[in-house]
Amino acid sequence: MRAVVAAFAALVVCASAAGAADASRASNTVVLVTHDSFAISKPVESAFERQTGLTLRVLQTGDAGEALNRALLTAGHPEGDAFFGVDNNLLSRALGGNLFVPYAPPALARVDPVYDLDRSHRLVPIDHGDVCLVYDRAWFAKHELPPPRGFEDLIRKGYAKLTVVENPATSTPGLAFMLATVAHFGPGNAPWTFWSEIRNQVLVTDSWDDAYDNRFSGSSSHKGTRPIVVSYSTDPAAEVYFAGKPLPRSPVGVVRNTCFGQVEFAGVLRGAKNPDGARKLVAFMLSQQFQAGIPLTMFVYPVREKTPLPAVFRKFALPVAHPLELSPATIAANRDAWIRTWTDAVLH
Amino acid sequence: MALSHKVLGRLLRGAAAAAALAFLGLFFAYPLVTILKRGLGGSVPTDVWLDGGTRQIAWFTLWQATVSTVLTLVAGLPLAWVTARLSFRGRGLVRALVVVPFVLPTVVVATAFLALLPSSLQQGVVPILLAHVFFNVAVVVRVVGGYWSRLDPRLWDAAATLGATPVQRFRRLTLPALRPALAAASALTFLFCFTSFGVVVILGGPRYATLEVDIYNLATQSFDLRAAAALSLLQLAAVAVIVVVSSILEGRAGTRIPIAGDLATARRPTRHERLALAAILGGASLLFGLPLAALVRESFATPTGVDLTFYRALWQETPTLLVPPWRAIEYSLLYATGATAIAIVVGGLATVAIAAGRRGGGWLDTIVMLPLGASAVMLGYGFVIGFDAPPLDFRDTWWIIPVVQSLVAAPFVVRILLPALRAIDPRLREAAEVLGAPPGRVVREIDFPLLLRPLGVATGLAFAISLGEFGATVFLARSDRPTLPVAIYRFLERPGATNQGTAAALCVVLMAVTALSVATADRLTARAGRL
Repeated sequence: MRAVVAAFAALVVCASAAGAADASRASNTVVLVTHDSFAISKPVESAFERQTGLTLRVLQTGDAGEALNRALLTAGHPEGDAFFGVDNNLLSRALGGNLFVPYAPPALARVDPVYDLDRSHRLVPIDHGDVCLVYDRAWFAKHELPPPRGFEDLIRKGYAKLTVVENPATSTPGLAFMLATVAHFGPGNAPWTFWSEIRNQVLVTDSWDDAYDNRFSGSSSHKGTRPIVVSYSTDPAAEVYFAGKPLPRSPVGVVRNTCFGQVEFAGVLRGAKNPDGARKLVAFMLSQQFQAGIPLTMFVYPVREKTPLPAVFRKFALPVAHPLELSPATIAANRDAWIRTWTDAVLH
Repeated sequence: MALSHKVLGRLLRGAAAAAALAFLGLFFAYPLVTILKRGLGGSVPTDVWLDGGTRQIAWFTLWQATVSTVLTLVAGLPLAWVTARLSFRGRGLVRALVVVPFVLPTVVVATAFLALLPSSLQQGVVPILLAHVFFNVAVVVRVVGGYWSRLDPRLWDAAATLGATPVQRFRRLTLPALRPALAAASALTFLFCFTSFGVVVILGGPRYATLEVDIYNLATQSFDLRAAAALSLLQLAAVAVIVVVSSILEGRAGTRIPIAGDLATARRPTRHERLALAAILGGASLLFGLPLAALVRESFATPTGVDLTFYRALWQETPTLLVPPWRAIEYSLLYATGATAIAIVVGGLATVAIAAGRRGGGWLDTIVMLPLGASAVMLGYGFVIGFDAPPLDFRDTWWIIPVVQSLVAAPFVVRILLPALRAIDPRLREAAEVLGAPPGRVVREIDFPLLLRPLGVATGLAFAISLGEFGATVFLARSDRPTLPVAIYRFLERPGATNQGTAAALCVVLMAVTALSVATADRLTARAGRL
């Protein structure tokens, strides 16, 4: 015991010294402020640093909504130079907050114009993905029930108490799914009728992690009991890629006509200490190299045309051809009211 | 001569109070006032306070915290008794292990609970209360047990000899003697439950919210800073009232029991006691062992069998984290060491000043405790906008993280040291002074040796709290310098067996580091105390 204690004390001292030495600030740094789902592989990061001579530092400030709100709080005195992770649902809030200065990298010409939603180019598209209903294949096979084919199936007999959704007031995929029902059922009361009908059938969680990891039966943790969850269209690829062993078939499937399209943007922050570095970083995020790395790090799709997809994506997670959509202006005008209506219909 | 000693002592205590206040003023009051001012913009938010929804949330916050505290005391006292009074094999281990649940990320514990609860209990009040007990029993065992083990057991023996039944001894002797420690532990537990966040979000679901949860949602999701600031003020005011009440209870020292000093206070259990011991340890291992065992199992159960794959993954680059996961151990130890040092200094200074204050130094006591009641997200926001420009351009320095963690750890230091300091019989000091010992020597030869063991308890707990701190750390930590809880959170956020398994392995590492550090603190002070 004495030896263990001594060794432990020595370890603490060494770790402290190492950490403190490491903590000295590097000069010529560019800081990317982003959400928790951002990821970059080491080779791509090194390529950026080699090409530009800059050091990349990443600051993750919560989920997409949290990160944007914190950027709004610090508008003009940003915590970094560039920002990544504004999506189409939050686009108007970001632009209204005067957070970004215009910059159009040359590679924008290679991006499909459907993603280029901000004509002033304060924000440029980097990736896109979809929020959909995802289901547990094994569960439906075992219970001899066909997987759902659309929203309406959730109301059908046999599908009661099978679904987990996220609260749109506290979760980005939850918001996207609520918008998907509005886009599908049309304006007026139809979406809220749908929600009142399923309110006792769905389990609502505050976050995607809780829904997917704890409540959904199809995730690798096998902790949950419900076989349908609101999640991402790339989950079938992610479950195979992170399975830890080869899988011939993905354990989860996607209900493809429930998908709501999401586009994520990056921009140069107003008041950045290193605006030149920020422009280089945004330009790099549209480069072939960064775009090709997007699928296996962030599990969304590149926006740059002709970027090759990795095999696991080609096999298990091809992009959804025509996802449900609402214009950023419509979302901006109605988001808060819709969230209130949803809360009244489902939670109260 | 005597007068100058008195003046010197008063000056020193004034300086101690000033130093503690300066630290809390700069790193707590200033950022908090900054964000509250930004949120309220000069208006008085009576509309938010009087809102029906607010009242409902405030009521839920209050009653769940009260019930949780009572349940935690009931569950914790038997364990405090066996670790303080009975000597048995593995006592040190039990004392160290009991702290483990306390530092685990709430996400992880909530998940472990979900796996064990029947599906009818997966969202609601019952799982919230159970999880609160699970987390906070450590506080009762460490704070009350630590105090208990220093009381002279011969008094109990005397009472027994005089014919007092066990129930009488408990009611007339144990309870009054433990009152200061019970008040301290209850206050800490209550504050933790009152400001509970992760447990309520996951186990309560969207239909239950504490003030803290509502503040978080308003501030980070709806971006309604005004309402968030209004509720933060409400929460702070409630916490201040709680702290004042409990410090009055704590300061009203009940029966003064002699401190045992070097005397062994634990003895071999009698036959009856052995039965009780087995029952208590058995019950504890069910409540605490099952969720923890589930985690450990998860870290070894890989898709290809039972092996070390997830532990080997700690050394591999991963897109989930910007550094290999093992680096999180290094940053956790670095930050926790710094935070513990700060918490001991600030908490120690505050304790000295509070104990010397004429009316119990109540106001300083309240101020030190307030960080426990402040909303982590609002304090984080305060740091982000308050420390953004010279001369206070601190928000991306590395040491800001230990500073934030120490704000949460320092109240524990005070709550542990203060009852211990007050329990020292003033006649001991007076005797020393009469015999001509200068104040420095009194502190060195009376106070310090008697405070060494509580100081060990405080150090271990402060270290554990800093290791486990999540709310404020995740707000300020750079992505390439994650702590263990932050790294665990990042892995849990991604789908796939490897990510979930690596998170479980990191949890086991966090548990091991915690148990080791607490045991180390116990050992070192126990040994030094014997000198």
